[in-house]
Parts: sequence; structure tokens; C-alpha cells
Amino acid sequence: MITETTSGNRGLQQAEPLIFETGHATGTGVDLPAPKGAKDRLGGLKRKAALDLPGLSEPETMRHFVRLSQKNYAIDLGLFPLGSCTMKHNPRLNERVARLEGFADLHPLQPTSTIQGALELMDDLAHWLCTLTGMPAVALSPKAGAHGEFAGMLAIKAALEARGEGEKRKRVLVPSSAHGTNPATAAAAGFTVDEIPGRADGRVHLDDVKAKLGSDVAAIMITNPNTCGLFEPEIRNIADAIHAAGAYLYCDGANFNAIVGKVRPGDLGVDAMHINLHKTFSTPHGGGGPGAGPTVLSEALAPFAPVPHIVKRADGSRVLVEHAEDDGEAFGRMCAFHGQMGMFTRALAYMMSHGSDGLRQVAEDAVLNANYLRARLKPHFSAPFGDRPCMHEVLLDDESIRPKGVETIDLAKALLDEGYHPFTTYFPLVVHGAMLIEPTETEPKRELDRFADVMIALAERVNAGDVQFFKQSPQLTPMRRLDDTRAARQPKLRWRRAGDDAARKAAE
Amino acid sequence: MRYLPLTESDREQMLGVIGTSSVDDLFVDVPKGALLKDVVDLPKAQGEIEVHRHLQRLSESNTPAGRTAFFLGAGAYRHHVPASVDHLIQRSEFLTAYTPYQPEIAQGTLQALYEFQSQVAQLLDMEVSNASMYDGSTACAEAAMMAARVTKRKKIVFSGGVHPHYVDTARTACEALGLEVVALPAAVDDEAAVMQNLGADVAAVVVQSPNVFGAITDLTGIGDAAHGAGALMVAAFTECVSFGLIEPAGAMGADIVCGEGQSIGNALNFGGPYVGLFATKEKYLRQMPGRVAGETVDADGKRGFVLTLSTREQHIRREKATSNICTNSGLCQLAWTIHMTLLGEKGLRQLAMLNHEKAIELADALASLKGAEVLTKRFFNEIAIRVPGSAQKIVDALADKGVIGGVAMSRLNAHAGMDDVLIACATEMNTDADIASYVDALKKVIA
Amino acid sequence: MTTRYTKDHEWVRLEGDVATVGITPYAAEQLGDVVYVELPAAGASFTQGADMAVVESAKAASDVYAPISGEIVSANEALSGAPDLVNQSADGEGWFVKLKAANTGELDALMDEAAYADYVKGL
Repeated sequence: MITETTSGNRGLQQAEPLIFETGHATGTGVDLPAPKGAKDRLGGLKRKAALDLPGLSEPETMRHFVRLSQKNYAIDLGLFPLGSCTMKHNPRLNERVARLEGFADLHPLQPTSTIQGALELMDDLAHWLCTLTGMPAVALSPKAGAHGEFAGMLAIKAALEARGEGEKRKRVLVPSSAHGTNPATAAAAGFTVDEIPGRADGRVHLDDVKAKLGSDVAAIMITNPNTCGLFEPEIRNIADAIHAAGAYLYCDGANFNAIVGKVRPGDLGVDAMHINLHKTFSTPHGGGGPGAGPTVLSEALAPFAPVPHIVKRADGSRVLVEHAEDDGEAFGRMCAFHGQMGMFTRALAYMMSHGSDGLRQVAEDAVLNANYLRARLKPHFSAPFGDRPCMHEVLLDDESIRPKGVETIDLAKALLDEGYHPFTTYFPLVVHGAMLIEPTETEPKRELDRFADVMIALAERVNAGDVQFFKQSPQLTPMRRLDDTRAARQPKLRWRRAGDDAARKAAE
Repeated sequence: MRYLPLTESDREQMLGVIGTSSVDDLFVDVPKGALLKDVVDLPKAQGEIEVHRHLQRLSESNTPAGRTAFFLGAGAYRHHVPASVDHLIQRSEFLTAYTPYQPEIAQGTLQALYEFQSQVAQLLDMEVSNASMYDGSTACAEAAMMAARVTKRKKIVFSGGVHPHYVDTARTACEALGLEVVALPAAVDDEAAVMQNLGADVAAVVVQSPNVFGAITDLTGIGDAAHGAGALMVAAFTECVSFGLIEPAGAMGADIVCGEGQSIGNALNFGGPYVGLFATKEKYLRQMPGRVAGETVDADGKRGFVLTLSTREQHIRREKATSNICTNSGLCQLAWTIHMTLLGEKGLRQLAMLNHEKAIELADALASLKGAEVLTKRFFNEIAIRVPGSAQKIVDALADKGVIGGVAMSRLNAHAGMDDVLIACATEMNTDADIASYVDALKKVIA
Repeated sequence: MTTRYTKDHEWVRLEGDVATVGITPYAAEQLGDVVYVELPAAGASFTQGADMAVVESAKAASDVYAPISGEIVSANEALSGAPDLVNQSADGEGWFVKLKAANTGELDALMDEAAYADYVKGL
């Protein structure tokens, strides 16, 4: 078998240097009119610093980025069972409508007479989100899930301040199974974090919440369905206890996909919840963003929503309220302009395509697919929460593989060679060696079966004691295992022209 | 439903394997009464034809920028984006990939991030860049909070030239943390006023060049003064094309440079998604928010890239993280990198000069109008203009004549005392005919 | 000169009234390859149990608590260039700080070597 080639390519896998190694200062892929040579009005502030930005012609640019793209795994290539990330199919109709001239070529500060369609679309989206969640209001502007959490917690803070308890209530309860953004958000909003320890059944217990309650508690941040892939059975009682103690319930809506059209968070006593449009409503993940995190708010929190928001006038036209100081109790502003409009169009196209009936089917199929994988994998792996059904994702742990010398990461890397993106590894933290598997509703049964067959074959290989196979995985990917320690010990975060590094060190 | 592959017989078979008869049995943990018996009150499923038709109709009740004589900037800019950019970012392997947590099968995203960080650092003349933030305004808020962590001080002073939305966004975030925000009165060309507010409690001064009125400023003296007082200088920007022509803040002593990258590679999109640029000095790296890609080698010794320094981030540090951010602006950042690669140094310099020349033409044309006064003397592609009476009314009247003439300062900051100031911008997209239409319409509106 | 241990896997060695502090080889091994250590500046004071330093591997970060109260005399500058010293020699060259003990009596409540070995065995 060939292992090395002269070119460094491996068949369709093209080796590709950095643009800084192939481009040059006079290379360009654009043809612009020549400047006329006017005298500048820069007041002597013309750039003196070197730019040294490489340029490439259009064909070279196309090749560079197409070659890079071929080193990526993607939903369009295969099952992407990353738990809590909801990697579902991204319909291309969504891409098309987001690029309609009347949306894409619209400036956020145009006079309101010229943006009535955009405001109507935002109102439509708000209506869908409020109806699906059973909540009365939504702040559309948060730019991602964590930004939505921040908006929700700031609304809670503003509500507490409005009733004179801002100074008194500083403690936020966060279960240990929570995603890291929850405690980070609570801290960013100026609260202290009090962790509710995990239990063996992966759920938050009313007793544990009650034990933490007090007149200094501002809120609880709870994920439902939770990060273990389970619906919180005591959620309503927890909500009642929290409210009775004068605090608020923030729900992390990352896993809304499991219950959309089936359960309304508003019926569970939720005060605020962000919705990741890139999860439940299929806007593309794009290799890390952009997301969008509209945040639904209860009656109690709605008055504190940030600016901007839309007001519909008697004549049917819409205007924007853009100044917090002129907007009663609004807590402030999350970002410049109105939020992720490009994601609003995509999400609305997705919701309209599914409709109320299809969205309900989304939740049912997502849960069915996860439970089907659970049923198929359980005889071969350790499932920490027994036989109870899961929601949209199934959680396994490393109890059955660890004694054989194989860790979760090794199993994940072996999946790479099988042509799969692995499940989420080591999250939630409360389960040892967690493997969180979320197939989503857009996987056909035969793909689930193929994946289950691969997982079972790997489990058998673990049992056969072939530890070296796992430790050496992956072998067939564009890159073998990468050295994270080296990257962190000597951070090299950018290209520098040869010699620059030495010169800089000498100058210091 | 076209996006759902399971058939009824699949479902039945799968329920059999699970050992249950109904999918509702799987929702057993939902409290009694909370499981909806019927669909919610929203329209039923529709095909591509109907959905497209509906959204097309909605889009047509807007007036796209390109159908007008368009001179609006103030934080979002209308530039040409080459066709190849939008094609490349829609490749499945970029569009439908996740955050590169498995670097062996995500080198495309990771190398593009590393190239982006390198380009940003070069453009801003800074040492290190992160992998991008939500947008310019949130990047600015993060910069202010980072300055407070670095200096262990609590007051942030904003110049009167920082975009009001950036000030408001930073104020909301900073005050939640118990930091004090001092926003100086709006001023067309007085970034240096922040120096009067320096003191032992000041973590950072935040200045902007070009500022919201388009004015460009030599920040060197402000940086020196800030450093002398133990504070950082944070330099914000909204128009990144400017750095193809003007001196970047990194060369003038800025400790953190943050702002909006939308101008390169990204359409207006009614305000988002955009891409926040964020760069700082190496010595502050551990306090930097956001994800970052770094170079390393694989098991065979081949160069590759990974996400690194993640111990700063929320998924590891939880409530002690430098930020709660859990994303970068992936596709927008990729579009930025592709467009910047197409431009290169040559194209960027040319693009920047074209913008500047168009703005000079606009400024001269408006200055010749009786009643209009151009307030910004040193500028890149944006200027503030004093008009007789309410700028908002003039902007609305211009819109009726097919001219989007800018934004009234009062829309950005209702209490600036600048109701007669409008902010206008020209880019390479404007033609001589656009400028003539603007002058002609403004003459009529003023009269 | 005896070495004492905390339940959070720090070790303390007292010479006169100056204590040298580090993390135990067990802790270093649990953490994996150390990539960065954030140390306090000389002159900073800590009460027993307060967050004093942070030690990081590529995928984890741990707080290091002051095992006894005192004022920092010096921090191990070698760790900034060579954090791997913590892995190679956790109880020697990989020390974190020297601190002037405010109350040497606090040491009495900490574990001795045998007690710590038992404690680790029980984990």
C-alpha cells in the first residue's frame, strides 16, 4: 500500500499550504476601477504600517478553499450525532430566501417606510416562536444561544431590581450537569453561581432545589430536556418552588428540538428561555456560527426586554423602538441593530415548510431515532440511566470499555476512520467518559442501522482487547491525532513572515 | 414532509425494537397535562413553492439598498462582494460542519480560521486575533470587560465618537458586572476628550477611528496618556476597509482593537449576522475572550491546526471563563477571509482609495449646497453633515425621492443634541449619477 | 523539614517561616500535560483555602488553593517558560510559590506523607 506521495496529495485529498505561502502582495482576484488620484483628506494619517496581505487570483482562491473544504466532515456527508448540538439537515430553500435581494441588500438603519417587509417577517417569526413555546413575548436580538442566556438573565436581574431586590438576590442555582455557558452567563450578569450536585439518575430533584432556596436566590438555570437527554419530570414542581421563593426559572432551550410542537415551556412555568435557531430551526452551523438566540419571556419579564423591538400601529404599519431610555423598563441593548436577520429568514422558511404538524413530527422522529439507537446500542455499551426512555439524545458512558483500556476519546477517534463524526465526548461532565449521541430526525432508518452496526463492531473490538487499534486511531483521516499540548504550550496563533519572529524577540 | 425520511412502516418497526407501541410512551416524563394532544395553532406544512412565494412577497415590500441612490453606513456598509465568496461559503463542507472539535476531520475550517486570525492581525497591526465574535458592538463590549480584568479597575470611558449602539451594548454588559461606564457627550471630532477623564480608577478609554461621524484621529497621544495612567486604550471601528488606507490603531498604541468586519465579504443583511474582529497584544492573550485556532503537528509530524487555549472558555472554566461566548461567527468569518484573499494587499488598497475618493466627491458636492455643512474634515468614507432642521425628517423626505441619504444622528442617540446632523457614507458602489441624485434631492428637500 | 499535604493535592514544605508550595505528583498526573501555570505576584496575601494559582492542561484547568495563610515571597518563574516541570518534578523543580507563613500552626491540621498516601489510595 502506498503511504507517501511526491506531491503530498493523497488521491482526492489535496495538500494545501497557507495563503501566506502561496499568495503575494501584487496578487489579486478582483478587478476594480483605477482610483483617480485625488488628494487625500486623511490629515496625514495615511497608513504607514506594512499590510503584507497575500492576494490570489479567483481560480487560485477557488482551489484553495475548495481544497480546504474537502478536509471537513459535514452533515451533508453523513450522520453527525453530536449530542446537544442538533446537527440536522439544512434545507437549501432557507439559503435561497435569506439571499433574496429584499432581505440581504437591506441596511439596518434604512427609514422604516422602506423596511416594512423585514419588520413583518420579524413579527411573523416572533409569533411562531411565542406560539410554539406558549410564551407571551420574545427578544429577537440575541446573536447566539449564550447571548440569549445573557438576555434572559439580564431580564431577570432587571425584574429583581424593579421590585427592589436587586442587591439582595445574587445567587443563581445551576445543576452540575449544565452546559458551561450557564454558569459563565450567570457570572457575566453579576450573579454568583451555586451548583446543585448531580444525582445518579441524571435528573434535578425538587428536594435538592428546595435545599438551596433562600431569600438571596435570583433564579435557577435549568436545561430541559436536560444535558443527559432526559426530560426533567419534576420541572413543574421546581418552577412552583422557585416562584414561591420569589425567584425565576431560566430554561436553557438548547434541546427544544425534542419537544417542539409537543410541549410548550410556557406550560411548565418557565420565565425565560433562549432558542438556538441553528439547532431546532435548522439554520446552518457553518463550522462554528453564526448562531441566533431569540429569547422568549414570561409576562413577568416581558416589560424588561431589551431594545430594539417592533410596534405595530393602528394603520398596520410597523415602527421600531430603538432607545432603551425611552422604553420604560427595557434593560438595555444586546447588540447594534436588530439581531441575526439572515437567520430569521432561514428559520421562518424552515418553520413554514414543516408547519405545526411537521414540527410536531420533528420532535417525535428525533425522540424515536434516539430511542432506536438506545435500544440497539444498550446491549453492547453501558447506559448510565437504565431502561428509561431518553428524549432526542442517548447518553452512554465508558464503564464497559474503560476496564479494557479503551477510553471514550479512543472510541471517538476510531469512528473517524469509519467515516463518522463522533458523538459528543466527555459532556455532560457528571457522567464518566460521557458519549452523548443525537441522531436528529433527519436520519433515515438505514443510516441509523449502519451507524449502530459500526458502534457494535467497535464494542466487539474493545472486548477482543485490541487496545492498540484504538490508541492509533484515526489512520485514514486527512490528519492523524493532533498535539493539543504543544499547541497550548507554545501558542502559534498566526502566520508571521520568516525572520519577523526572531526580530520581534530581539526587540523585546 | 420532505425533510423527514422516516416512513410509517419505519416508525412502527422502530417502536417494535424499542419495545413500545406509541411514540408518546417515550414522552413518559412530561408532567400530566403538559403533553399537547393536538398541533399548536399555526399554519400546516407547505411546499417550497408556497414558502418561497410568501417570503418573496415579504421581501418585495422592502426597498433594497441597490434600488436607490444609497449613502447609508454608520456601522454597516454596502460593498461589492465577489460572486465566488458566496459560492464557496455555501459548500456543504463549510456550511454544514460544526465547530472543529474533532480536528482530524475539520482541518478546512481550522486552517481558514488560522488564516483569518493572521489576516486580521496584519490588517489591524496587532499581535494576536481571536477567531471572531458576534459583531463589532459585542466585540467592543468584550474589549471593555477584558480591560477591566487586565487592569483590575472598574471604570470605562467612551469617547463621544464611538457608535452609540456600541456604547449602549457595552454599557448593558459592563453594568451587569458592576463596572462603571462613562460615555462622553457626542462630539464629531474629539476623541482626545477621553484623556480628561483618566484617573487611577480607569480601566480603559474606548475611542473609535474612523468614528461614527467618519472622523479619523491620530490615537498615539491618547494611548500614551492612557498607559501613563495605567489604563488600556481600546480602539473600536465600524469600517474595516478603512485600514487599507489609514493608519491602523495597532500602530498607534492600542491594546485592544475591536470592531465590525461586515464590510469585507458580507452583505448588509438588515444588521446581521456580521463578524466581530478582535485583536490584542500577546501579553493579554490569557484574558482574551472567544475561541482561537493555533498551529501544531499530528502524530506523523505533519503541520495541522486545533482550537487551543480553551481553558479560558466557558466549557472548561464555567463561571470563571473570560466570556460566556460559545461560538464565533463562522460563515461570516469565512466569507471575510475569502474576500480578503481575493483582494490581497493590492486590491484592498485600491478598494480603500476608491471609497475615499467617492467620499471626497460626496463631501464636495454636499458642501456646495446652500444650507448643508460638512462637519467632518479628516475622513475615510463617511462624513457628518449639518442640515437645516430635523435630519430625521430630511432622511425620510429623501427616501420618498429614492435616495437613502444617510442616518439621522438622533436615530442612533436621541439625546445627543444633534437633531440637525446626518451621517452619510459613500463606497465603491456609488456612481456619479447617485451623487448627482443625492445633491438634487437634498436641494429640493431643504428648499 | 517535613512535607505536609492537603486534600486538594497541594504540598507544603516549611523552612523557617517560609513555606514552599506545589501540587503533588498525583495531581500532576491526573491533570495530564501541564501547559500553563498562573501564579500570584510577590507581595500578594492569601488566607488558607483561598484561590491562589491556576494550573492548566490543554483540556482542563484547576484552581490551586493556599494550603496555609501567608504572603507570597516569590513565584517559580521557571514555570512560565517550562510548565512541563510540573509533570517532570511536581514535588521538586515544579514548585509554585514560596510564601511567608502567617501561622505555622495551620500546618498541623494537614496530612503527613503516610496519611496523604492513604488518602490517595482511597480515591
